[in-house]
Amino acid sequence: MAEIRVDNLVKRFGAFMAVRDTSFTVENGDFFCLLGPSGCGKTTTLRMVAGLELPSSGSIQLDGEDVTFKRARERDIAMVFQLFALYPHMNVRKNISFPLVSMGVPRDETRRRVEEAARVLRIEHLLDKSISGLSGGDRQRVALGRAIVREPKAFMMDEPLGALDAEFRHLMCGELRALHDRLKATTVYVTHDQLEAMSMADKIAVMNDGVIEQLGSPQEIYDRPNSMFVGDFIGSPAMNFIHFDGAAIAGSTSVSIDAACVTLPELRESHAPGPLALGVRPEQIVIGDPGRQGSALPGEIFGTEYLGTTQIVTVATPRGKLKARLPAHLPVAAGDRVSLSFRPERLSLFDAATGKAIRSALHEASTTRRTHG
Amino acid sequence: MSGALSTAHSVVAPSGRVKLLAGTIVVLYALVAIVPLLWIGLTSIKTPPDSISYPPKVVPFLHFEPSIEGYCNLFNTRSRQTADYLASLPPANSACEEITRSRSMVVVGPSNYVPRFVNSLIIAFGSTLLSVGLGTCAAYAFSRFKVPLKDDLLFFILSTRMMPPIAVAIPIFLMYRELGLSDTRLGMILLYTSVNVSLAVWLLKGFIDEIPREYEEAAMIDGYTRLQAFRKVVLPQATTGIVATAIFCLIFAWNEYAFAVLLTSGTAQTAPPFIPIIIGEGGQDWPAVAAGTTLFLIPILVFTVLLRKHLLRGITFGAVRK
Ligand SMILES: Nc1ncnc2c1ncn2[C@@H]1O[C@H](COP(=O)(O)OP(=O)(O)OP(=O)(O)O)[C@@H](O)[C@H]1O
Ligand SMILES: [Mg+2]
Repeated sequence: MAEIRVDNLVKRFGAFMAVRDTSFTVENGDFFCLLGPSGCGKTTTLRMVAGLELPSSGSIQLDGEDVTFKRARERDIAMVFQLFALYPHMNVRKNISFPLVSMGVPRDETRRRVEEAARVLRIEHLLDKSISGLSGGDRQRVALGRAIVREPKAFMMDEPLGALDAEFRHLMCGELRALHDRLKATTVYVTHDQLEAMSMADKIAVMNDGVIEQLGSPQEIYDRPNSMFVGDFIGSPAMNFIHFDGAAIAGSTSVSIDAACVTLPELRESHAPGPLALGVRPEQIVIGDPGRQGSALPGEIFGTEYLGTTQIVTVATPRGKLKARLPAHLPVAAGDRVSLSFRPERLSLFDAATGKAIRSALHEASTTRRTHG
Repeated sequence: MSGALSTAHSVVAPSGRVKLLAGTIVVLYALVAIVPLLWIGLTSIKTPPDSISYPPKVVPFLHFEPSIEGYCNLFNTRSRQTADYLASLPPANSACEEITRSRSMVVVGPSNYVPRFVNSLIIAFGSTLLSVGLGTCAAYAFSRFKVPLKDDLLFFILSTRMMPPIAVAIPIFLMYRELGLSDTRLGMILLYTSVNVSLAVWLLKGFIDEIPREYEEAAMIDGYTRLQAFRKVVLPQATTGIVATAIFCLIFAWNEYAFAVLLTSGTAQTAPPFIPIIIGEGGQDWPAVAAGTTLFLIPILVFTVLLRKHLLRGITFGAVRK
């Protein structure tokens, strides 16, 4: 197993920059997710690490060794493709043993290792079947089998669950994570599905437009978004942004929006008066009777979405519509007039012009905590 | 699943009437296509007088007595002899000999049919092998690599098919004479290859484009070189396309007539120019010509039937991939 270090990686396709100046380090044994919307350069980054694409500039180190210009087959990396790329003219056993054949592993050892991999993935009964008859999930497992049988330095996975239906995807998420915990293999996992990333990753790199916007644990990314893009992309429903004009003063613990004074983590950075945005997660919104003291914003219930244990309530306010996650038993109905206040601990403040977060005490909190997940 | 669907009214499956119509058209077409072949086959088992009698004799055993004379004449050369000489010969030791003597002739040796047939086999299969081999490599390169002026090159390759090959017959004739390629098997193989390779490149490029790159990439990550990946992953998956292309190339090279007439006369002559000039007593020996043609059809028939599974899938050009 190995550490992967990517420094200032750039990839141009003609004049188009698919990846710009990307750097990150995947620690030995980490499950690392590259998360971002379609077309942001995740696949391109992964392919450069795997050796299928040459970077325009920058360097890639695998286990301390510079592999930037090495061929894919010299890197000892395994990859799982989105559509699995299982060879239709070979049966399951041949597919799984294919990497071992190129390594010249003796026959009986090949057999032993293929069966071991099949046992881990619980596909022993499929070994002599042909690929074309397999279900999506089984294909997924065979593709994983082909990757793990080699015991490579690292795994690359490009949306390996993208071809599965939602329910099965959830199941495979769990299986993948369990497999990772067992093999402790360095894994780079590409996805555009934030739920997948949040539920599996040790570290997430959120990519946008060819750059990594933020890199951190799932909780850091969720609680302390570095930019409005990250806040918006992570979480479902997404973070609410309340746009207002104001100033931020280092050391203050509140901002005023209209008549209200909103308490938030102590600011560490000043910002000249201008457009700002308050980032509020749906679960940080508290709803009370109209006209309540200390409330931030008046509002009117616009609609509700019942989810069983919670409900998503859309509230129309003078500053736009906000989505709140409230306990399911709370009686609210469209048209009710309410007042909104916000739990102060994890509110974020952004410079609305650049989209960057304004630093506050929030960003200094311990990074090791992992309470949700 | 199909059972459940077929009971309901289906919007995709053709209705009974459409099927009937389609079936009728196919059968009619098959009849039209097969009648000339049938006629050739029948002619090959007639005697020369039966073959040109009028009204035509159609049903064997009823209208005419089948005879192997056509085949005898195809494989043997004969010479006319006097009755005295024929009478002085020992009894005939084969059926062919007997038939020949009944026409006041003797068999003097084998005809050129077998060597011409062998020439056809060597030239057609040789050029097919070469066209498909070159075509596969070129198609792979065009499909996977950045080739400078790719589109122009592809168009150029296609444009060689835009004029009838015979339009360049004279230059080729002169060129071949200078190069000593006239009337050689190598010359014919090269000629047919140069005609077929453009077809092969275009057909195969389509097939290889359909094979996802991820297959090779997966193999290359798993420790194989590109060449190994090509051999172990791309080739097996392109089999259908390769077979379909090979059949097209083979049919062209096998049936080609004009260049064969022009460029071969002796050692490298193929069967097509040879068969129609089999001369019998007082003109064309139709049963022998028909016999030569019938036998000539067999190799391509066998080849196509053996590979028909691939061919059928191949001709749909990957439309039903799985
Ligand atoms: N070979 C190529 N030539 C030109 N442009 C390319 C090439 N490969 C990728 N691109 C472009 O680079 C950008 C990033 O592509 P990439 O495949 O890395 O995105 P992605 O983040 O994986 O997206 P998705 O979630 O859709 O897979 C896209 O705009 C794409 O069009
Ligand atoms: Mg992608």
